[in-house]
Order: sequence, then C-alpha cells, then structure tokens
Amino acid sequence: MADKPCCEPVAQNDCCNGATVLIYPCSGSSDVGEISDHAGRLLTREGFGKMHCLAGIGGRVPGITLSAQAAGKILAIDGCPQDCASKTLSVAGIEDFSRVRVTDLGMPKGKTPVTEEHTRVVAEKGIEALRASALRATA
Amino acid sequence: MKKLQILGTGCPKCKKLTEATEQAARELGIEFEIEKVTDIDKILEFGVMMTPALAVDGVVKVVGKVPTPQEIKALIQ
Repeated sequence: MADKPCCEPVAQNDCCNGATVLIYPCSGSSDVGEISDHAGRLLTREGFGKMHCLAGIGGRVPGITLSAQAAGKILAIDGCPQDCASKTLSVAGIEDFSRVRVTDLGMPKGKTPVTEEHTRVVAEKGIEALRASALRATA
Repeated sequence: MKKLQILGTGCPKCKKLTEATEQAARELGIEFEIEKVTDIDKILEFGVMMTPALAVDGVVKVVGKVPTPQEIKALIQ
C-alpha cells in the first residue's frame, strides 16, 4: 500500500511541515469571551486553523500541550485585558504566538451583544494577525 | 508491560517513529507491545493535533516529530 502524505495533521488539510494553525480563544463567561469562542469556531469552520482546548493547556494535558508546542502558528483570542488565553499559553512556556483582544476592537466588556457581525470582526482580525506572523520555531 | 502507541494515519514519518520506538524498546530490554492508532477520532481523543505522535502507557510523549531511539528511550523509562 502506498504511503500516505507526510505528515498528516489531524487538524486541517495542510502539511504539518508547513503551518498547522491552532487557535485558542479564552472562551470566557463574558460577552467578549463568548465572542472570542465564536470567532475561534468560525475560523475553524472556514479552514484558517483549528480551535483547540485552552483548558487542556491550563491542565497540562500532555497531548494538547505538546500539540500546541508543535504548531506552526498559534492564535490566541483574548476577550478582555485579563488576557487569559495569552497568559495560559505563556505559563505553559509558549510565547511565540499571535494575539487578538476583543475589547481592543471597539467592543466593551459587558456591553457587546454576541452577534455574527461582532464575531466576524474578531475573526477577520485573527486572520490578519495570522497572515502577518511567521512560522514558529519548533523543536 | 509497556504499551507504546504510535498515533498516525500511516505516513512515512509514522513508520519511522514506529521503527525508532521498536528499536528503543528492544535496546532497553523491556517487555512491550506496540499499537498503531490510525483512526483520526481515536487520535483526537489524545488531544493530539499533529502526527506522528507517541504515547507511552496512554500518556502522550511526542507530537509532530520523530525523536531518535536514544531520545525515545528516555521517554519510555
């Protein structure tokens, strides 16, 4: 049987030697946290990357943490200036990633309806950040 | 007995990881079994997003690369 293409990312139809993009929204309980979550899922549906479990990074789940470390690009989507997604990645030793903060995009915490329009704005900013970023150096 | 699981759908790097893991386990002289996990859903259950990956007794040790047999020995022990 012929070999399958190497090396096959589980997350998306791309080669892991290129850029496997993992997306970590904070998915917080506030409106902007929810928007971050929706944006991560939207980016996944549209093929810009794969939303992955930030809680798994916080919990040091080996498969999840090692996958983040091996990712070609990472996007953190923080809802508010608490920056929980970015800080969770940093605490796990992952520093080189792109980030978007929802409240920086004219969406105040506690006052922003969770709409498709707001989700789209955040997703577009995420795409912009990913395009501007270089591939991460992975061991 | 050590359970060594190779997570991957059958790409050349998955095969290299299998060979390197077998070599490492043989050189350690341990009892082991190797299982090839090729089902994407099963791989995702480990939280793994890139293959190949290696799990030792159910714990993922390596993702997205092929370590040397020497490096794998340290991961197995």
